[in-house]
Amino acid sequence: MKKASVFLLAASLATSIACAADITGTVKIEGTPPAEKPYTPLMNDPICGKLHKSVPMTEFYVVGPDKGLADVIVMLKNVTGKSTGASAPAVELDQKGCLYTPQIVAIQTGQKLVVKNSDPTLHNVHANPTVSANASANQGKLNQAQMQGAPDIVMTFPAPENFMKFQCDVHPWMFAWVTVVDSPYYAVTGKDGKFKISNVPPGKYTITALHRKLSPEGEDQQIEVKEGQPTTVNFTLKVK
Amino acid sequence: MELAAAHFIFDVTTQTSRVSHNPWLHRFAVLTAAATLILVCIGGLVTSHGVGMSVPDWPTSYGYNMFALPIRFWTGGIFYEHTHRLWATFVGVLVVALTRWLGGRQSRFSLAIIGLAEVLAGFGIFLLWPKLKPTGHFLTGIGGVVLLAALVWVRNERAERPLPALGWTAFWLVQFQGLLGGLRVVLLEDQIGIFHGALAQIFFVLLCVIALFTSRKWKNARPFAVSKALRVGAVVGTALIFLQLILGATMRHQHAGLAVSDFPLAHGKLWPDTDPASIQRYNEERIEISSVKPITAFQVQLHMAHRVTALVILIVVGFCAGTAFRKFRWRSAPGKGSALWLALILTQVALGAATVLTHKAADVATAHVLVGAVSLATGFILCLFCFRNFGFTESTPVLSANIDGKKSGKLMSAGSGAAHS
Repeated sequence: MKKASVFLLAASLATSIACAADITGTVKIEGTPPAEKPYTPLMNDPICGKLHKSVPMTEFYVVGPDKGLADVIVMLKNVTGKSTGASAPAVELDQKGCLYTPQIVAIQTGQKLVVKNSDPTLHNVHANPTVSANASANQGKLNQAQMQGAPDIVMTFPAPENFMKFQCDVHPWMFAWVTVVDSPYYAVTGKDGKFKISNVPPGKYTITALHRKLSPEGEDQQIEVKEGQPTTVNFTLKVK
Repeated sequence: MELAAAHFIFDVTTQTSRVSHNPWLHRFAVLTAAATLILVCIGGLVTSHGVGMSVPDWPTSYGYNMFALPIRFWTGGIFYEHTHRLWATFVGVLVVALTRWLGGRQSRFSLAIIGLAEVLAGFGIFLLWPKLKPTGHFLTGIGGVVLLAALVWVRNERAERPLPALGWTAFWLVQFQGLLGGLRVVLLEDQIGIFHGALAQIFFVLLCVIALFTSRKWKNARPFAVSKALRVGAVVGTALIFLQLILGATMRHQHAGLAVSDFPLAHGKLWPDTDPASIQRYNEERIEISSVKPITAFQVQLHMAHRVTALVILIVVGFCAGTAFRKFRWRSAPGKGSALWLALILTQVALGAATVLTHKAADVATAHVLVGAVSLATGFILCLFCFRNFGFTESTPVLSANIDGKKSGKLMSAGSGAAHS
């Protein structure tokens, strides 16, 4: 009986994946973004300053050679309850060179976020959820000290939330933004602005592109994913 | 209202003239006020650097007893936050000692009861509610200090009214402030920070008033006639400065940096647009190193309210200084006080502009907080001087007082009193 159930589940999963399709595309920027700034306070810190050969710059607008825009979160809107979070591999957020790496992270609800400290100094990991379910699920753990070489801090968030701010108050220039999605249908654009969302079931969707500066509320498009056919969606985010 | 205030001040004046001046009590009160100003300044540095949460626990620091935090931890933002905690403890001890001094030997019993109650309550919380362990630690610690003050055997007399009551007010305020500061850290609430910042200003003014009432200058100041215009101007100016400090604390504790980054214009206009598209454009243009948080229309409006209030304060204080100059020519307390007040407000306006132009450099923003606190205290003290002689006219005969505050019985006119003070 048990074997039959497992077989049916595997067969159903295989069928849905076989019918599913990928969404690919590119996010580009139009216009000239403001110039990034050097992390001067970082270099003035006696410990952090020694971890960099040159002054690192802020990374609000990471633009590739073809105007491809990195660090944009592309996701299907209003798709809920599809998270595979608990079984999905953990996502790592490192503190390296007194900066959060990467600064833009996306995870599923229930998926583990592992915060590491690779620096030879202490940090405090201070999460700022604005959705009450995420705050209450992590009560007492929203501002934690993490010493040099200390064990990783593992956090999970039960509710979707865009750009939840992580910061270190010991080094007040350190920030990361974690977006929590209630499905596996999202991607973060690479340095060339390209993204790929895999195994999307056929159907009509609203797809949105979130950039923390240019489209914090998301820029939407309507798409239809057809059985087994790859879909291409491109976004152009304009500097106002 | 004005009459009630005048009666209070008159009462203070008559009471303070009965007891001989204690220069050491005055010096200690000045020391406590100065230490509080330094505390306001360190608190300003904590917020300006955006490091209020750099020590995640309270009243322990990284698990250590606050006084035993190893030096290797005093790095980055921890340096400011931890110094703030230690200095606040120092101010707390000074205030408890001041309360004991002002209350005289009669205060020992009350201090012993309060100290014991706090120690017991601290232990009770510690044992019964493990989640509130930090509050238990805090209460036990402060209760211990209060008990020590009660044990001080010096049989000094109670200071003249209303100084003991002011001392007790400071006693409760400093403990409440400490608790607020701690809760800000533990509960991660920005709103508590705003209240903590505003209450700090009131606490500083209170200690300045205690220092004033224990001073020889206050006891022996000769009466002078103050026009209604100056009295009203001083009250309105002081109230506006307090409002301004609340606006400032609200802006600072939003941790969103500058909502308007240019001066004298605001986003290139006399009055900036606050529609959603404009706010989105401002946020796109902002490249922040710290205080990375999108600004909102409310924050832009708050910033503009701060600028407008600054302009109104400048006009009111300028009016007060002009009125006092015409009447006293800088020779009396209102003349000198209002000139100092105007100088402080002009400095404050310059510092406000510099805060914007330097993109909220921490030292400049902190100097802005510091001068704001001193401006509020100056305005309040000027009010006290103005209301002290409420109902006094040029023709009222007065008794001159010698340096100890004893009545000499020599009659003189009010005009000559003003001219010689």
